[in-house]
Amino acid sequence: MDPLVELNGVTFGYGAEPVLRNVDLHLHPGQFAALLGPSGAGKTTLLKLTLGTLQPQQGEVCIHGKALQGRIAPHVAYVPQLETVDWSFPVTVEHVVLMGRVRETTPWPWPSREDRRRVAEVLERLEIAHLAGRHIRDLSGGQQQRVFLARALVADPDLLVLDEPTTGVDMRTAESILHLLADLNRQRMTVLLSTHDLNLAGAHVPWVICLNGSVVAQGPPDEVYTDAILSETYRGDMLVLRQAGLLLVHQKPHGHGYRDVLPEPVPGARPAPAAGG
Amino acid sequence: MDVLLQPFAFEFFRNGTVAAVLVGALCGAIGVYIVLRGMSYIGHGLSHAVFGGAVVAYVMSINFYLGAGLWGFLAALLINATVRRARVNPDAAIGVVTTASFAVGVALISRYRNFTRSFDAALFGNVLGVTPQDVAVVAGVTVLVALALFFNYKRLLFATFDPEVAGVYGVPTGWMDTLFALILAATIIASMQILGVTMIAAAIVVPAITARLLTDSFDRMLLFSTLFGALTGFAGMYLSFYVDVSSGATVVLLQAALFGLTLAVVAKRRSLAQRLVHTHV
Repeated sequence: MDPLVELNGVTFGYGAEPVLRNVDLHLHPGQFAALLGPSGAGKTTLLKLTLGTLQPQQGEVCIHGKALQGRIAPHVAYVPQLETVDWSFPVTVEHVVLMGRVRETTPWPWPSREDRRRVAEVLERLEIAHLAGRHIRDLSGGQQQRVFLARALVADPDLLVLDEPTTGVDMRTAESILHLLADLNRQRMTVLLSTHDLNLAGAHVPWVICLNGSVVAQGPPDEVYTDAILSETYRGDMLVLRQAGLLLVHQKPHGHGYRDVLPEPVPGARPAPAAGG
Repeated sequence: MDVLLQPFAFEFFRNGTVAAVLVGALCGAIGVYIVLRGMSYIGHGLSHAVFGGAVVAYVMSINFYLGAGLWGFLAALLINATVRRARVNPDAAIGVVTTASFAVGVALISRYRNFTRSFDAALFGNVLGVTPQDVAVVAGVTVLVALALFFNYKRLLFATFDPEVAGVYGVPTGWMDTLFALILAATIIASMQILGVTMIAAAIVVPAITARLLTDSFDRMLLFSTLFGALTGFAGMYLSFYVDVSSGATVVLLQAALFGLTLAVVAKRRSLAQRLVHTHV
């Protein structure tokens, strides 16, 4: 099978020092992969190179076998980090999702019947149809993530790229987002995401790519999650535990816990239960 | 009734009113995109930059609209490029580009002291001196800007909301920036004679933020802002006839009053809603 995405010998930097050096990476149709690495490892940069919004200084990025050469990647949809969104902008959920149809739609300001049909279908599929008329600020973190996922899906992409979709949401919401992505992947959607959550990625994503300036390792979490590989990726002492079929990753404390630093912490107090309560 | 219709007996008033309504609507519509892009200061800055262009056009003996328009367009492009490529904050980019452009005008005026033309109208507006030709220019710009906004509505909305991501979805963001710079320069040139450099900024920003207070919908914000601009343009002209105050200043003062009133009503409604919530908890 030919790869959907190819990064061949890609080097890129914002200044004199490259952020990514000689990266080779292939992503095949139907794959579900997570980019892991510390802050500054080049995860977002690699995603932007894949999208074609950044151009490599050396090497090439190909989508469906064709080098981008300064073009935006075709049939690729992107879900940005939620913290980059202007939540006070006057738009409803439906408005945001309709933006995903901007390539296919008519030049008229109003949405076509087909636009409305596709948006309704995707909102239904992501179980947020009842939120269509709501302002984006009035949603929970999980609902906000679904809205931007819906915008990506109405564009009918071959590849879905998500920048830290589980950041800033609680554990349960993060898990539901990854279940949703797994469902989409089962329907043959290729998914590439970046995340800081090693445990969540280890449990839900079948292929992980450890990145820190270059690809340190890639493969199924069972093979890649080792003390040695993760310590090299995060440049720290990482500990991998295997418990009840789960992979749990923790950074080893640097020789002390809070008791070493705070020998006499100010104690808290539990309020007394209310009388008759 | 005759008293109320009396101002319309004068041609200068009819010309001025049509121009003020069109300019009010134009600034109101453009203001929505400017406010939402976080570039509220651009109207103020660019109108000063265009003043520099007007002086250059005069010195080089080229058409005012062409010279000042081209100057404003290039200044707007330069601001956009500085913000996007050099990742400089919009207010800083506007400050650098427009004050430098304005300084060119001031430098030329001080160098060629034998200026015979007064730039008072450009600085403070002269709606009563609006000629039928000026009205034709304002009407032409209004129609062109309306068409540009109509046919690029979806792309401009996406590029305003999320400029970095819009490109991934196929919006030609570079072209949208160029188009917007062109629209902005044309709006400022068309408004300069009517409102004057000093009033344009307010006419662009105030109707838009007033509309923003009233709605969470982009469509309605665009509609309200355009209507507020047009209505205050008309009312300001009318009022200025009777109170004998500068028309540009009256338009802007009415807009500011409308903003203050809206703010008070919205604040009152919010506090009432909060009190209702507390009462029911």
